[in-house]
Amino acid sequence: MQITVMINHRQVTLDVAPDDFLVDTLRQQGLYSVRRGCDTTCCGLCTIWINGKPTLSCSALSFRANGKHITTIEGVRHEAEEFAHFMAAEGADQCGYCSPGFILTVLAMKRELVNPTEDDIVHYLTGNLCRCTGYQGQLRAIKKYLGVTA
Amino acid sequence: MFTISTIAQPDTLEAAYKVLKEKRSNAVLGGCAYLRMGTQKIHTGVDLTKLGLKYIKEQDNCIEIGAMTSFRDVETNQVLNKYAGGLLAKAVAGIIGVQFRNAVTVGASVFMRYGFSDFLTALLALDAEVELVQGGRMTLAAFLDMPRSKDVLTKVIIHKTEGQASYQALRNSAGDYPLVTVAVSRLNNEWKIVVGARPTRAKLAGRAAALLNEAGTLLGAELAEQAAQTAADELPFGSNRRASAAYRQAVAQTLIKRAIMEVAACK
Repeated sequence: MQITVMINHRQVTLDVAPDDFLVDTLRQQGLYSVRRGCDTTCCGLCTIWINGKPTLSCSALSFRANGKHITTIEGVRHEAEEFAHFMAAEGADQCGYCSPGFILTVLAMKRELVNPTEDDIVHYLTGNLCRCTGYQGQLRAIKKYLGVTA
Repeated sequence: MFTISTIAQPDTLEAAYKVLKEKRSNAVLGGCAYLRMGTQKIHTGVDLTKLGLKYIKEQDNCIEIGAMTSFRDVETNQVLNKYAGGLLAKAVAGIIGVQFRNAVTVGASVFMRYGFSDFLTALLALDAEVELVQGGRMTLAAFLDMPRSKDVLTKVIIHKTEGQASYQALRNSAGDYPLVTVAVSRLNNEWKIVVGARPTRAKLAGRAAALLNEAGTLLGAELAEQAAQTAADELPFGSNRRASAAYRQAVAQTLIKRAIMEVAACK
């Protein structure tokens, strides 16, 4: 099947099989920030945006992306870098494997939630697992990045 | 991993149903989050995305939810957040993460009658109907009792019956599959008690609800306890690797009592 998608603001026409998932299709395009983790739809490592909404690329069939806008962390590089400084300052990054999916979810949350509380942040990020940090550093980084004091 | 040989993207519901019926191994594609964990070999995957089934519409007497509506849409919809204490929104809010809820669909969760479905438990506590291309319109309870057949679920209809509801669930960790789910409602002064993830699909506890209905406004902690025990006794519970039947039964009783007291406290 042939699909035409906007990947990180660039129009691309791709040949995909009916059962291809976006995680594989995007990695075949060299977008290695999209990572396969649990493969059971619960770790959030493979998070991408489809039309601006965070979605698991491991369960999104590629053919359904036809005509849609796909964003990976490469597409929001400058924003991601800005947030990464907050993460580094709080020691919120260790192996880094979960970072692309995690950062994309944080940036989506920034767009979606107005004045989030700590509870809102924790709830929004429940779908992003990190096996290194214990989450406290990440939470501090997000709160500073978003200017949350509560 | 499941496989799909071809994709059909029909323009009408009738065409979708026709393709679905053509071959035993044809299947409707929902969010595919659960489907992908199986090994099903699908000949033609019927994709409903061109049928405009992603909507939540408030009508005078009901709320309609299209089959391709995502759980995240349910969670954030203002109408659903206000109706029956936001029961449906609360039920789906604890399911894995935002990314997951943006993908999974109402239609797949209801049609497949998933045992672990938080949504189905909550929906059964409301005055809800489903609409199918071939089967037509029927109550959710009747649909759940029917043997599974090849059909296309188009929407869920929730009648705006006045009342309150409470949702309770126990998980080993946040976002995990639930060990037990409970929804209790009092709509038009009629109680409904639903228990799901038993681990099989959600079911109404009729005898327990009758106890509450008979009591009318004289509901206290003792009666709530009695109704919770009756519900836990009348429904079958099973074991799997997440929890034993006995554990589920004990937890359900506590959650039911909690939910009854929560609803009773609402004016």
